[in-house]
Amino acid sequence: MNSKSKNGKKSALGQLLIPLTALAILLLFNLIRDPNFFAIKVAVNNDGNSVLSGNLITIIDNASALAIIAMGMTLVTAACGGQDISVGAVGAIAGSFFVKVLKSGEEITAGSVILGVLVCILAAVAFMMFNGTLVAVFRIQPMIATLILFSCGRSIAYWITGSATPQLNSPIIRAMGMTIPGIPIPTPIFAVVLVGIILSLVFRFTNLRLYTQSVGINQGAARLNGINPTVIKLLSFVLLGVCVAVASMIGVCRMAQLSHKTLLVDVEMDAILAVAIGGNNLGGGKFRIAGSIMGAYIIQMLTTTLYAMNVATVNVKAYKAIVIIVIVVAGSPVIKSKIAALSNKMKSGRQLSTAKGVR
Amino acid sequence: MKRREPLNNTQLLTTIAVCIFAVMYIAAIVTGVQGFEKFQMFFDLLNDNAYLIIISCALSIVMIGGGINISVGGVISLTVMACSIFLNNSAPQNALGIIVTLLLALGIGLAFGVGQGFLISYLEIQPFIVTLAGMFLSRGLTTMLSVEPVKVSAQTHAAFYAFRSNKIEIPFLGYIAQNGNTIPAKLEIGAVVALLVVVLSFLMLRYIKLGRNIYALGGNQQSALMLGINVKRTRFMSYVISGLLSGIAGFVFLMHKPTGNASVAMRSEMDAIAASIIGGTLLTGGVGNVIGTFFGTMILATIQKIIGMSKLNDSWWQDMASGALLGVFILLQSVILSARDKAKAKKAGAVSIAKG
Repeated sequence: MNSKSKNGKKSALGQLLIPLTALAILLLFNLIRDPNFFAIKVAVNNDGNSVLSGNLITIIDNASALAIIAMGMTLVTAACGGQDISVGAVGAIAGSFFVKVLKSGEEITAGSVILGVLVCILAAVAFMMFNGTLVAVFRIQPMIATLILFSCGRSIAYWITGSATPQLNSPIIRAMGMTIPGIPIPTPIFAVVLVGIILSLVFRFTNLRLYTQSVGINQGAARLNGINPTVIKLLSFVLLGVCVAVASMIGVCRMAQLSHKTLLVDVEMDAILAVAIGGNNLGGGKFRIAGSIMGAYIIQMLTTTLYAMNVATVNVKAYKAIVIIVIVVAGSPVIKSKIAALSNKMKSGRQLSTAKGVR
Repeated sequence: MKRREPLNNTQLLTTIAVCIFAVMYIAAIVTGVQGFEKFQMFFDLLNDNAYLIIISCALSIVMIGGGINISVGGVISLTVMACSIFLNNSAPQNALGIIVTLLLALGIGLAFGVGQGFLISYLEIQPFIVTLAGMFLSRGLTTMLSVEPVKVSAQTHAAFYAFRSNKIEIPFLGYIAQNGNTIPAKLEIGAVVALLVVVLSFLMLRYIKLGRNIYALGGNQQSALMLGINVKRTRFMSYVISGLLSGIAGFVFLMHKPTGNASVAMRSEMDAIAASIIGGTLLTGGVGNVIGTFFGTMILATIQKIIGMSKLNDSWWQDMASGALLGVFILLQSVILSARDKAKAKKAGAVSIAKG
């Protein structure tokens, strides 16, 4: 994902400096607070398989859905200069299609699961295309356009499933949501790696990154250079749709049930937060997906840390807000330039003193 | 603004919102939806949605300035919770407690406004993230104060309870009950406050320097800077005003429903954004009008009331209807504005050709 030029690498490191520092501080804080926080044990789960367990595994596992959505959100943010706030609702719709297909047969078989996955992805892409059309063709601000599905998406999901919480009881679903027998690492982690690899391959072998950035920076200039902004924007929404579908399947399989009210609830806010913590400009343009993924893990680690410190579930939000404010203040352009000026001053001061010493 | 045009974009979008509200309301009366034939229904809409009208105005002001504030709902919940706890712990007969409560509400709103405004305008952090953090913080503080609902009743604070029961009665808009008595139409204090906020915001945006500066800032930040407008201060003030209005909205909510609860005004920020958009405010900034916002809120309130009153009494239908309504409005705005732009471009082209 790194660009080859030295300059590119330097700026990338600058962008990732804040999330990396935040992650390091969180890790260090946990290490000091409880040295056993990072202990990883091998435990035996209910099915009799040995699986890895520990806080670190929990963090990486639980952040999977968020990390996948954050990747898609980064693309939409970069291309359209706005965010999609309907990802949670579309996830609920896609999840209900998935469950509908699985529940249509007598038993859940490999065939029905594959069909369900396809239908789920198609549904998510179709609903995201609706958003994308409003944004790309009708030139509506992304947040406004996605407000429509944000407000009625979960009702559509309820309409599709009909009953309140359909249960899915099958070894295949458990394998998808928890762990595959014989492999100790939770399956959702593989989903994140897979989506990440596919996206990085796409960026490696196509011009999508360049096109997306140029549309995000200056749409008119991109159009004059032969890039079709409408297509690029739609494409970013389609990719977000795929990401949302994968995330919603992770959510459904993990709980082995579907609740249209709680599936991926509030994930849109966390995803936007992950994109911002990753150092991406919410106004569009240049982006770095690695930053967003890191942002997702920071948010999850923060939540897990707070839980480990026995903070009540309902109070987590307040602490989270304070940490977020600290992170974004540290990454704000004004503070950055102040720090740069200060370090320049110190450098020149040191030079001055050494010069004096020589004299 | 383009003075030669018969109606500029803001006025056009506002007019559409007013017309749609009128059509919807008359349709509800004609088709005989229960309750709509009485004037009281209109006042009920105002009473129930007073807090929403106020935060919609707050959102409109920020959106006209090119920003966004999604912490308003959280600030309302925090204000309601803090005020309920304060009232329950103060002397029940003390009327002074009401004033202190009002000050507490204003203080909470102001604190959030000032904090967020500082981070957004002076530290140049993206408004969405700052106000999202504000939303998390206010919701989290609400549950920290109390997870259980806190109810202010006639026993716990009699003075406040008497104060909130004051209603303005308008006899000639009332209706005649079955026993022949005339029941006057009742308007709550909160609704009056909401109407006052609409009028004051309208005047502020139209006639006061700060208001004009907010339009200029939202229209084009660079141009505003070139014109010598203090961009940072203007943006800061827009957030302070919106914070203050959320505090007022919290107090109004407390008067309407005196129970502090973690789920108070849940997702109302999105309703407020939707109301602003329906009323003709653009998220891109520079375009908007709080009169339109008022009618946008009333449109949302009316459709929810109609669904609530008819047999489709289900939150499912309400969500679907508001989603569909929003979709129609957004598309309509987009089509109308782009058609106008095209017509204008054509006109300009024709003029330049004629000159050439």
